Amino acid sequence: MLLNKQTSRRKFLLSSLIALPALGVTIKGLTAAAAAEMIAPSLEGYSPTFFSAAEWAFITAACDRFIPANGRGPGALETNVPVFMDQQLAGDLGSEIYLEGPFDLKAPAELGYQIPYTPQEIYRNGIKAVDAWCKQTHRDTFAALDAATQNDVLKKLQASEVNFAEFGEEVLKAKAFFNEALALAKQGYLADPIYGGNKGMKAWIAIGFPGARASYLEWVAQHNVKYPLGPVSLNGDRG
Amino acid sequence: MANITNDEVDVVVVGLGWTGSLMSIELAQAGLKVRALERGEDRNNADFAYPKPADQYAYGVRNKIMVTPKDGALTVRHNMHSTALPTRKWGAFVPGTGVGGSGLHWTGVLIRPTPTDIKLKTYADQAYKPGILQEDMRIGDFPFTWEEMEPYLDKFDKICGLSGNTGNLRGEIQEGGDPFEGPRSNPYPLPALKDTLNCSMFAEAARKLGYHPFPNPSANVSQAWTNPYGNQIAPCNYCGYCSKYPCLNYSKASPQTAVMDALKRMDNFDYRVNANVLKVELHPDGKTARGVTYADADGNIVFQPAKIVVLAGFQFVNVRLMLLSGIGKPYDPITETGVVGRNYAYLSNGGTTLFFKDKHFNPFATAGATGQMFNDVSPGNYDGPSLGFIGGAKIHSSQATGTPIGTALPKGTPDWGQGWKEGMQDWYGHSMKISISTGCMSYRGHYVDLDPTYKDPWGQPLLRITFDWKENELKLQQYLRTIVNNIAQELSPDSYSESFLSMDSHWDITKYVSTHNVGGAVMGESPETSALNRYLQSWDVHNVFVPGGNAFPQNFQANPTALIGAITLFSAQAIKEQYLKNPGPLVQA
Ligand SMILES: Cc1cc2nc3c(=O)[nH]c(=O)nc-3n(C[C@H](O)[C@H](O)[C@H](O)COP(=O)(O)OP(=O)(O)OC[C@H]3O[C@@H](n4cnc5c(N)ncnc54)[C@H](O)[C@@H]3O)c2cc1C
Repeated sequence: MLLNKQTSRRKFLLSSLIALPALGVTIKGLTAAAAAEMIAPSLEGYSPTFFSAAEWAFITAACDRFIPANGRGPGALETNVPVFMDQQLAGDLGSEIYLEGPFDLKAPAELGYQIPYTPQEIYRNGIKAVDAWCKQTHRDTFAALDAATQNDVLKKLQASEVNFAEFGEEVLKAKAFFNEALALAKQGYLADPIYGGNKGMKAWIAIGFPGARASYLEWVAQHNVKYPLGPVSLNGDRG
Repeated sequence: MANITNDEVDVVVVGLGWTGSLMSIELAQAGLKVRALERGEDRNNADFAYPKPADQYAYGVRNKIMVTPKDGALTVRHNMHSTALPTRKWGAFVPGTGVGGSGLHWTGVLIRPTPTDIKLKTYADQAYKPGILQEDMRIGDFPFTWEEMEPYLDKFDKICGLSGNTGNLRGEIQEGGDPFEGPRSNPYPLPALKDTLNCSMFAEAARKLGYHPFPNPSANVSQAWTNPYGNQIAPCNYCGYCSKYPCLNYSKASPQTAVMDALKRMDNFDYRVNANVLKVELHPDGKTARGVTYADADGNIVFQPAKIVVLAGFQFVNVRLMLLSGIGKPYDPITETGVVGRNYAYLSNGGTTLFFKDKHFNPFATAGATGQMFNDVSPGNYDGPSLGFIGGAKIHSSQATGTPIGTALPKGTPDWGQGWKEGMQDWYGHSMKISISTGCMSYRGHYVDLDPTYKDPWGQPLLRITFDWKENELKLQQYLRTIVNNIAQELSPDSYSESFLSMDSHWDITKYVSTHNVGGAVMGESPETSALNRYLQSWDVHNVFVPGGNAFPQNFQANPTALIGAITLFSAQAIKEQYLKNPGPLVQA
């Protein structure tokens, strides 16, 4: 599924690149990654496969708070992190989990994941519960709140100060939902762009990670010297 | 009931990872017809050509080439009185699947235990006053001498092209190596890997404090190597994708690079993939096995007749298959009778991360085994008897991968928002870690058996682990913490953050430690306390051999695979030289 999407997106990118000069856009002086990034589908133009419109509004808003645009370095929206999340959830994420019952929802934290949900159910149910809480508390959905209030809501989720059970969600704890979403957002920010996030390898460029170069024989013994080259991606793009 | 029966073979090998591939080639070289059954996919070096493995999300996060918990889960509980729950996602350990097994994506630190580790019980009885160690501790000696096993350790070093500094050559201590290692008959096959910045800093500070650091012994080879099977392993290019990743450069000794090429050329060897072995079938008298039953990819149940059965499916798989097949008496911790399941042990880790604003560690430029370690805190080499605990640790600064997902940030850095984003930019590549990996004793109440509730997709009960941290292991952690933090202070970082077990910690299955699970079907001198004899032969069913970490009576501080490889080769030799001539128990009970 993901594979098909990738091939078609790749084809789209390639054919667009070829078409660029014809459109009067010059790619001279641009790295391939910068050129690819220029014509990569924008977040606004992306129609999610897994998320509904309401869920998509939540996810893009939450990503914007998890990794905001302000300050140094690219944010989650600029790097298409929500696209990554959507593609993972539309794909096989979670198919590896052992989900046979019985389930002990009161299990000690050291015994790890013990709920009867796939990640897909975590997002569906978690977003519903958060939006219900936001409507009750702030009279609007999460996505419609201002940034300061959104941060406040996320802090409450992280501290499990929002009781999902009051909104019909008996299984999932606010904190578990928060952790799941934050972890996936960070993964999307830092994973190879082939998965839809880290657009233009911008996160890698910002932190100084060379991506898939994977050959450092002549570098390993040069101690305390900043590595001079930018990243490459699995697709062979250079940043 | 099987609906297909295969042609009979001399030897069926269950699992084609490290132990399975070694057993296969050794027994095929003796002219036997050998067939390996592997539950996962076929995997060749070419499947992992550049740039495929350079993908943290697929291999490091999603465990693309590991068995899924769905197919391979276990259940876990902290004590006999609680209900075990399944490992629904992997955390503390991540077992492999497919040709190569965990050997395809291991880190490649190939270090031997010490002669004292091999005879730990004897050492404890001599060095510790009665009553010092916990009453329920059940440690044992390995049933062989250092001198007997050394040639096999040596052979496995050569199979892997072990790279590092020799510490003890036939009793002579060598500069730059581990002075605490047991005498080796030959120097390391290849020189050590190049040090990264963290290695040099750690080694210098450790030396200053009186310790004896040496480069991590590495099966990621430093120079081109042709091994005794004629396989070629290429010099490591420090690609930075190693632990959990298949090698993109033919540089990591694995079943693929070190064994399979030669093995596949042998006409008397073949293998089936997607063949999940469900059970060893015994003859009606229960004294010998007649073959194994497996499920193939099309849902067939296939019977594979064989004269010899080798269980090589990894520690807990081997114990589980013995329990499912009725090989040996299951262990009962209450009466302390039975042997299959006893002496399960694991290991603990911990460490301190040091942050340096002005230093560039380039953590992505590294081999899996890259690091320096010292062995000063190993049994017999520090004052355990007066401190009141036993066991040891490797204290090391390693740099297994430099991939960015999961980067550690200084204390106080927010875990999301602008602070996290900028923290990543400020600190990625500006930290190093000083770590411990410890041994772990075995105890009366730590064991494995079949879970009463949870089943796998083939309807068979999962293996249940009963395990938790004991006072001995927790005290050892506290002691190591002081040593690590002294070294950290010597290095004067801008800040540091530590993670060690505290005295009230319980075993946490959510955070990766290592896939070094041991025990459950241990080797020993007596069928009363061990499932296997010194040749890894079942005491009860003499044509079943069970190589793997399952044979360890407790865990030592060294990584396990050097000894796992050696006991496998030792067992293969005994099959070739003794068992074939006269099939029957190789040791009289
Ligand atoms: C990420 C990682 C890093 C590691 N790093 C190190 C290290 O640096 N140093 C070290 O010493 N050790 C390390 N190890 C441990 C090392 O990989 C193992 O000790 C070693 O591979 C054990 O060999 P084995 O043959 O017992 O198991 P494996 O190599 O795992 O092989 C077992 C095989 O059996 C197959 N199998 C299982 N069940 C069945 C069944 N029912 N039917 C058919 N086939 C089956 C599996 O699919 C697998 O292919 C590491 C492990 C991991 C996972």
